[in-house]
Amino acid sequence: MITRSGPPTRAEVCAVACAEAWRGDGEILANPIGTIPMIGGRLAKATFEPDLVMTDGEATLVENIVPVGVPGAPKVVSGWNPYRAMFDVVWNGPRHVMMGATQIDVYGNQNIAFIGPAERPRVQLLGFRGAPGNTVNNTTSYWVPNHSPKVFVERVDAVCGIGYDRAAELGPVAARFHRLARVVTNLAVLDFDTPDHRMRLASVHPGVTVAGVVAATGFELVIPAGVATSRLPTGDELRLIREEIDPLGLAEQEVPS
Amino acid sequence: MPDKRCTLEDVAAELRDGMTIGIGGWGSRRKPMAMVRAILRSPVRDLTVVSYGGPDVGLLCRAGKVRRVVHAFVSLDSIPLEPHFRAARQSGEVEATQLDEGMMLLGLQAAAWRVPFLPSRVGLGSDLMRLGTGVRTIRSPYADGEEFVAVPALELDVALIHMNRGDIGGTGQYLGIDPYFDDLFCLAASRRFMSVERIVATENLLDEGPVQSLRINRLMIDGVVETPGGAHFTSCLPDYDRDEAFQREYAASARSDEAWDGFRSNYLDVDEAAYQRLCQEQRA
Repeated sequence: MITRSGPPTRAEVCAVACAEAWRGDGEILANPIGTIPMIGGRLAKATFEPDLVMTDGEATLVENIVPVGVPGAPKVVSGWNPYRAMFDVVWNGPRHVMMGATQIDVYGNQNIAFIGPAERPRVQLLGFRGAPGNTVNNTTSYWVPNHSPKVFVERVDAVCGIGYDRAAELGPVAARFHRLARVVTNLAVLDFDTPDHRMRLASVHPGVTVAGVVAATGFELVIPAGVATSRLPTGDELRLIREEIDPLGLAEQEVPS
Repeated sequence: MPDKRCTLEDVAAELRDGMTIGIGGWGSRRKPMAMVRAILRSPVRDLTVVSYGGPDVGLLCRAGKVRRVVHAFVSLDSIPLEPHFRAARQSGEVEATQLDEGMMLLGLQAAAWRVPFLPSRVGLGSDLMRLGTGVRTIRSPYADGEEFVAVPALELDVALIHMNRGDIGGTGQYLGIDPYFDDLFCLAASRRFMSVERIVATENLLDEGPVQSLRINRLMIDGVVETPGGAHFTSCLPDYDRDEAFQREYAASARSDEAWDGFRSNYLDVDEAAYQRLCQEQRA
């Protein structure tokens, strides 16, 4: 293990911003997808949201703080959660997932399936995966490690995860479990706390300007007066990240300093 | 109890052009790869493949066996995007029916229970409802009156799965952490074939795992093939993990026609015994 010191890195700020997505969630399944979301989820559970239920990234529920990417790390197992059981959780409700997005628009419609026409995509991506089911059933957040106009687009090529405009079309009954909490990127935190649920700049990470975020976004963001700065990790959080949750420094690979 | 043992060639000979086949496992995990390799050696074509997709889908697409893939994703896990599947989709060679991964579960469950659809919220508001897949909605006949997606049954002609252990009658046992949806693939299909790492005597089925690990019962199975290493190069824990080096070689074979030709003549134009010998030599 390399002992890391010095001021918090951008990657560590991102991990804390991801952790904050689960603040107040209590006893639900926190389901982070991606390295920095995983660090964030485990940080939230280790600090301010101890009741969160989390998996090891495979088919078991674990209660201890498992280091990210360390094979054979000891696990305190409290449950069995194969894929079929995961669908029970998704459709039953108590879950907050953080997914990636290849494209996302102003209302939070997300695409991870393909770019170009559906019949013959210019770029075949992963597929719809669980995004339609996640967004219509659970609270959903997104993680974007490369905030750019290619990701934040006017119009996504396929709506996999549904945004607030699609949810509004469904009506209040069908969409009653739909909620998008936040979008965390390498530059900023965004949310949908606006009257018509258009995406809003909630905070910029230290060292990032509002103009920098606007330039990296391919649609018009709601910019409130006096945008906050994303908070830094506390001393305890920094120690947890560096020594216990991410001893290999994998966050740095996802968002280099 | 009947003896359902058969060969890989027997399984491949069951397939007809244009059939819909379901393949068990998930991504690059516990895939019935020996049976997939046997299909590659057979003349069958124009298949519709239903799968939580991994290299099974990529290989069948690259070898020109597939007309349509029904999928929610196709991934090699440690290599997120399946390169052969991507190429087949981007060239327009292979059609796709796109689903949410939970929708696929419901479609298989509907077929398993012999009903035409199951209701769900999954898909509402998404482009799955707008891609010409023919998925429709249905209104609840009860007081709530809510509208749901009627996830259509995914009926299969043939299901192919791979398990850790089995007996000659068609009981199948998984010893890993996740059963995936292999039982549903079998229940959704008219003809069901299972390869296993090892066939054991029925009285020894509980030697290595509890009764709950006997996920496949013999009502679900028409043929059993013993294929040690039959999931290679996907993972088949605890018997073996994914062969990452081999998977990288497989992925690299998508780079050019020459690379594919080399991979095919080395590993696919040979029978299963020769394939397993080759892989063993490489690991040694």
